Amino acid sequence: MKLSRFRKVHIGLQLTISLALIAVIAVPSYFMSDLIGYRVVALLLLFGVSVLAMLFEIIPVLITAVVSAFVWNFFFIPPIFTLHIGQTEDALMALMYIAVALINVVLTTKIRQFEKGASEKEEKEKAIKLYNTLLNSLSHELRTPIATVIGAADTIRENDDKLTDKQKRELITEIGIAGGRLNRQVENLLNMSRLESGTLMLKRDWCDVNELIYSIIEDNRSISQHHQVAFIPNEKLPLFRLDRGLLEQVIQNIFHNAIQHTSPDTTIQFKAVQDGDSCIIEISDNGKGFPEDEIKNVFEKFYRLPQTATGGTGLGLSIAKGYVTAHGGTIRLVNGSDGGAKFTIVIPAEASTIKLQS
Amino acid sequence: MSTSSSLSTSSAEILVIDDEPQIRKLLQITLDSNNYKVNLAATGKEGLILAANHPPALILLDIGLPDISGHEVLKQLREWFTHPIIILSVQNSEQDIVTALDNGATDYLSKPFRTGELMARIRSSLRHSQSDNLSSIITVGDLQLDIVARVLRKNGEVVKLTATEYNLISLFVRNEGKVLTHQYILREIWGVGFQSETQYLRVFVAQLRKKIEDNHNHPKHIVTESGVGYRFC
Repeated sequence: MKLSRFRKVHIGLQLTISLALIAVIAVPSYFMSDLIGYRVVALLLLFGVSVLAMLFEIIPVLITAVVSAFVWNFFFIPPIFTLHIGQTEDALMALMYIAVALINVVLTTKIRQFEKGASEKEEKEKAIKLYNTLLNSLSHELRTPIATVIGAADTIRENDDKLTDKQKRELITEIGIAGGRLNRQVENLLNMSRLESGTLMLKRDWCDVNELIYSIIEDNRSISQHHQVAFIPNEKLPLFRLDRGLLEQVIQNIFHNAIQHTSPDTTIQFKAVQDGDSCIIEISDNGKGFPEDEIKNVFEKFYRLPQTATGGTGLGLSIAKGYVTAHGGTIRLVNGSDGGAKFTIVIPAEASTIKLQS
Repeated sequence: MSTSSSLSTSSAEILVIDDEPQIRKLLQITLDSNNYKVNLAATGKEGLILAANHPPALILLDIGLPDISGHEVLKQLREWFTHPIIILSVQNSEQDIVTALDNGATDYLSKPFRTGELMARIRSSLRHSQSDNLSSIITVGDLQLDIVARVLRKNGEVVKLTATEYNLISLFVRNEGKVLTHQYILREIWGVGFQSETQYLRVFVAQLRKKIEDNHNHPKHIVTESGVGYRFC
C-alpha cells in the first residue's frame, strides 16, 4: 500500500494540507456558485473530504470535515456570511453533509485498519513459513556433518581392533570434511544474522581484486579439482576501496554454488574490470545454466532449485546479494550465450589513483 | 632445569590459557605429541599466576576469557613477559586481532584453526625470540637481503628497488613469518602521522610484489592477512 506513506507525514502538516484542499475547492466555488449552485458545492467539498479520508489519519480528517461543513454553511448557504440557515431543506442538507462526511471518514479508517490487520497476519504467516524452511534445511545441513562426526568417532572408539589403518584414516578424513562443512554453514548463518540484524558495518580499505580472486581460487583447489577454473588477471585494474572480507564471501559463495551445481569438467571463469568508479566482477560457467523462470528467485533466502540433490541451506547467494547491496552495488544472473550461468557483480568503489615510477 | 634458550624449539615450555576444556585437551595432546612441555590455565587469573611462577617460552592466549578479557591479560603479561604470545580468537574479529597485535601479541590464529598451522606459528615465533639475528645477510626462500649493502637479490640477481621499497622489504624480511598490521608498517616506514595513508601502502606493496614475486597476483612472500595486515614468508 503506497497510500500509507501519506500517513507518515506529521499530523500538523496533514491538517494544514487538508484545510488547504478545502480552501482550494471553496474559493473557486465561491466565485462560480451562481453558475453551479451552492448545493453542488457541498458535493465538491464532500469529494475533497473523501479523498483526504483515504490519505490521512482520522483526527485531521474529522476536523477538516467539521470545518468544511461550517465553510459551506457560512459562505454558500443563503443567507451567506452567517451561520443561519434560511430554508428547511438546506438545514436538512447541512445535517446530511456532516453525517455523510463523518461516516465516510470512519468507514475509510475501519477498512484501512482491517487491511493492516490482514497484511500483518500475512507477514506473520510468511515469517512462520520462513522459520520452518530454515529449520528443515538447517536440521539437514547441520545434522548430516554432526552425524558423521559422532558416528565416525564412535566407530573408531568401539571397533578399534577390527578396523584397518586405511579405514581409520578414511573415517578421520570424513570427520575433517564434516567439520569444514559445519564451519561453512555456521559462517553462513552468522553472516545472514549480521545482515538481518542490520549490524553489518562496511570496513572499506584498498583491495587488490586480482589477488583476492586468485587467493579464493587457490583456497578452493581441493573442492574444485574436478572443474576447470580460468582466471586471467586484469593488469590494468586499479586498487578499489571496498570491504575485502565481504567481497571474498560474495565471490566464494558464487564460486561454491558453481562448483556444487555444475558437472565435473565444467569451466568456471572469473573476470574483473573497472568501469569508472565501479569494480565489475564476472563469474561464469559453461554448464547448463539456470532454468529461466527460476532466475528471479535465486537470490531469495532459503531458495534452492527444485530437485537439487546437492545440499546447501539456500543462504549462499542471498548473502552474496546482501553483501553486494551493502556496498550499494548490484548482482545479476543471466544465462550466457553458451547457456551457462553468468553472475555479474557491480560494486561502486573509489579506485586508487596513485601511480608509482618503477 | 637445564638452559632453555640453547635448546632447539622442541621441548620448550608452552602455557595455554583457554577456558574451553575441549580446546585445552586438543592443544595439550597436539603440543605434547610435538615434544613441547604444556601447562594449562582455564582463566586469565590462573594464567597470570602460572606465567609469573613459572615463565614459559611461549604463551597461547585465548582472547575470549570469562574472568578477565584476553586483551587485559595480554597487557599485564607484556609489562614483564618478553617471550612470544600467540593469540587465539574467533573468526571475523579482525578488530580484536589488530588490537592484540598492537598491544604486543606476536601472532594470532583464528578458531577453528589447523593444527599444522598452529605448529608452524609456534616454531616461527620461538625461532624469532631465540635468535637475535645479527648476520648481515638474511635469506628467505629465493630472496636474499644484504643489510649492510642495502641490496636485495632474487635467485642471485639484484632487484632494483626505490628507497621506500627497500625500507619496506627490509622491514618485511626482518619480521619474517610475523604478521605486521597496516598501522605498524605505516608508522615504521612513513612515520607518525601517516597512519591513514593505507592507499600508499597498498600501492607500494603491489609494486613490490611485481618485483619480488614469481606471480604477483598469487604472492608467496608478501601474503595479505585480510583486514589485519601482511605476513612475509
